[in-house]
Amino acid sequence: MSSKRKMNVADIVMIFFLTGVAITCLVPFLYMIALSLSSNNAIISQKVTLWPVEFTLETYKTILSDTEMIYTLGYTIVLTVLYTFACMFLTICAAYPLTKKRLKGRNTILTLMIFTMYFGGGLIPTYILVKNLALTNTMMGLILPGAMSVFNMIILKTFFTELPENLEESAAIDGCNDLGILVRIVLPLSLPAIATLSLFYAVDRWNGFQDALFYITDKHLFPMQLKLYQIISANQQLDTQQGEGSVGAYIVPESLKAASVMFATVPILLVYPKLQKYFVDGVMTGAIKG
Amino acid sequence: MIKLKAVLDNEDLVQMSRKNRKNSFLHALKRDYLLYGLLLLPIAYLIIFKYAPIYGILMAFQDYNIFQGIGGSEWVGLDVFKFIFHQNSFYRALTNTLVLNLLDLVAGFPAPIILAILLFEIRYVKFKKATQTVLYLPHFLSWIIIGGMVYLIFSSHGMANNLLNALGLGSIEFLSQKTNWLIMYVIVGIWQNAGWGTILYLAAMTGINRELFEASDIDGCSRLRKIWHITLPGIKHTIIILLILQIGRMVSIGFDRPFVMGNSLVSEYSDVISTFVYRVGIGSGDFSQATAVGLFQSVVGLIFLVTANYIAKKVGEQGIW
Repeated sequence: MSSKRKMNVADIVMIFFLTGVAITCLVPFLYMIALSLSSNNAIISQKVTLWPVEFTLETYKTILSDTEMIYTLGYTIVLTVLYTFACMFLTICAAYPLTKKRLKGRNTILTLMIFTMYFGGGLIPTYILVKNLALTNTMMGLILPGAMSVFNMIILKTFFTELPENLEESAAIDGCNDLGILVRIVLPLSLPAIATLSLFYAVDRWNGFQDALFYITDKHLFPMQLKLYQIISANQQLDTQQGEGSVGAYIVPESLKAASVMFATVPILLVYPKLQKYFVDGVMTGAIKG
Repeated sequence: MIKLKAVLDNEDLVQMSRKNRKNSFLHALKRDYLLYGLLLLPIAYLIIFKYAPIYGILMAFQDYNIFQGIGGSEWVGLDVFKFIFHQNSFYRALTNTLVLNLLDLVAGFPAPIILAILLFEIRYVKFKKATQTVLYLPHFLSWIIIGGMVYLIFSSHGMANNLLNALGLGSIEFLSQKTNWLIMYVIVGIWQNAGWGTILYLAAMTGINRELFEASDIDGCSRLRKIWHITLPGIKHTIIILLILQIGRMVSIGFDRPFVMGNSLVSEYSDVISTFVYRVGIGSGDFSQATAVGLFQSVVGLIFLVTANYIAKKVGEQGIW
C-alpha cells in the first residue's frame, strides 16, 4: 500500500471524527475530577463544567479518612486477587487436558461445558443454591459461584493447541509426565494468554455488582461496587422524585459522589494502560484462531 | 526407544479393541489419570454451580417453600406460568427487554463495525494506537461507575444542562423523561461497548489478504469501493457470528445496566426481565415465580439462538456450531 501518500480530505475527516469519539470517552473523567475538586456550592449553582471551581481537596480528605472506605478498598483488592487465582487455576486445569485428542470422553466433557454457556438454571436457583451452601454473606460466595468462565477456558485451550507440539513431545521422551509438561513447558510459554485472562477475571470481579447485591447483606463484606452504589444512589431517588430543576438539600454532596467514583476508577486507570498491549494481542489470537 | 513405545501403543490398541468398552475406559483412566485428575475440580465446579441450579428449575413447577426445599414443596404443574402470563408487569418487563435489546441491536451493532473500519483506514500508527487505548477504556468500567457518571453529568444540575443553560437552550430532562431515558440508555451502551467491540473486527481485518488491496490500488479503486468490496466481505463471517450471538441474547438482558440507569420516574421503560426477577425473587421472596420467568427467558433465548444459527447456515454462512 502507498503509505507515504499525502493526507487527503478523507484522512482529515476520519482523524477529526475519531478524535471526537476519543474525547467523548475522556470528558466524563475530566468532569468527575472537576466535580470532586469543586466546592458543593459551586456545583449546586451550576458553575462547574470541566474545571474545578472554588478548588478544595475536602472530598478526598473525607474519603481517605473514612476507615470503612479504606477497608472496602483493601477487602475488594484481596477478593479480586483470590478470585483471579481461583479462576485461573480452574481454567488451566480444564483447558490443558482438553487439548489432548487422545483423552477418552474429551468431546463429551467439552460439550457438557459448552452447554452451560447457553443454558443455565438462572438467577434464583443459583441464589437458592448459594444460600443452601451457606455462602451468602461470605467472601467465598463472591468467589466460588463464578470461579470459571467456559468462554475463557476455550480461549486458553485454543492458545495451548497453537503451541509447537514438538516441545511437549521431547519433554515426554525425557520422561516428563503430563503434569510436568504443563508446569514446565506449557505454562511458561502461555504467559501472555494467562495475563490476558487474569486481567479479564480481575476486571469482572472488581466491577462485579449483581452477585454482591444478591448474596451480601453484611456491610463489612460489601465489595467496592456495592458500596459505591450506595453512595451514588443516596438521594438520587429524592432528586428524581422532586422532579428536575429543584435543588434540594443533599446529604451526600455531588462532589463526594464524584470523588467516590474516581476513587473506585483509579485502580483500573492505573492498571489498564500497562496491560493494554497484552490483552489486545491475547484477544486477537483467541479471536483469529478460535 | 521411541519406536518401541509406538509399537507398544499399537499393541495396546489392538488389545483394547478386543476388550469391552469398560475395560478400555479403565485403560484410558490408567494411562491419563493425571489429566483426569486435573479435570476433577473444574468438573466438580460445573456440576455444583452450573448443573445443580438447572435442577433448581423444578421450583418453577412447585409452590416452592424455602424451608421444605424442592423435595418437600407441593407440585402445582403449570400454575405458576399461568399466573405469570396473566400479569401485566411481566408483559411490561418482557416488552421492555425486547425494546431495549432491539434498540441496542439497531443502533449499537453497527457502531463498532464503523469504528473498526475507520481505525483500519487510519495510516498513522501512533494516532491509531492512542485512539484505541482511549476507546477501549469504557469497557473496563463497571456499570455502577458509568451509572454514577451518567447521573452526575445529566442530572438537572449536571454538566450537560449547565452547558445547555449557558447557551440559552433551556434544560432537558435527560433521565426522568421516558423517551429521553431510552435514548440515553442506548447512547451510553454504545459509549461503553463500541470501542471494545472493534477488537474482533480489527482482528478479522488483519486477516484479509494484503494483495487484494494492492491489486485494487493498481486498478485505481476509490477508498469507499475498497471498503465495500474488500474490507466488509473480509469481516462478513465475524459480523454474522456476532449477529447470531446478539440475536440469541434478545430476551436476556444484563442486570447492572438497566438497574443502575433506571429510576422510579422511568420504571415503565426501565423495568426489564432481570430486574423483574430480582424484585419478585429476592425482593418479595416469591422464588417459584422468579424461577419460572428465568426459565421462560432461558428457553426463549435458546430458541432465538438456534433459529438465528439455523437461518445463517441456511443462507450458506458459517454458524456458531
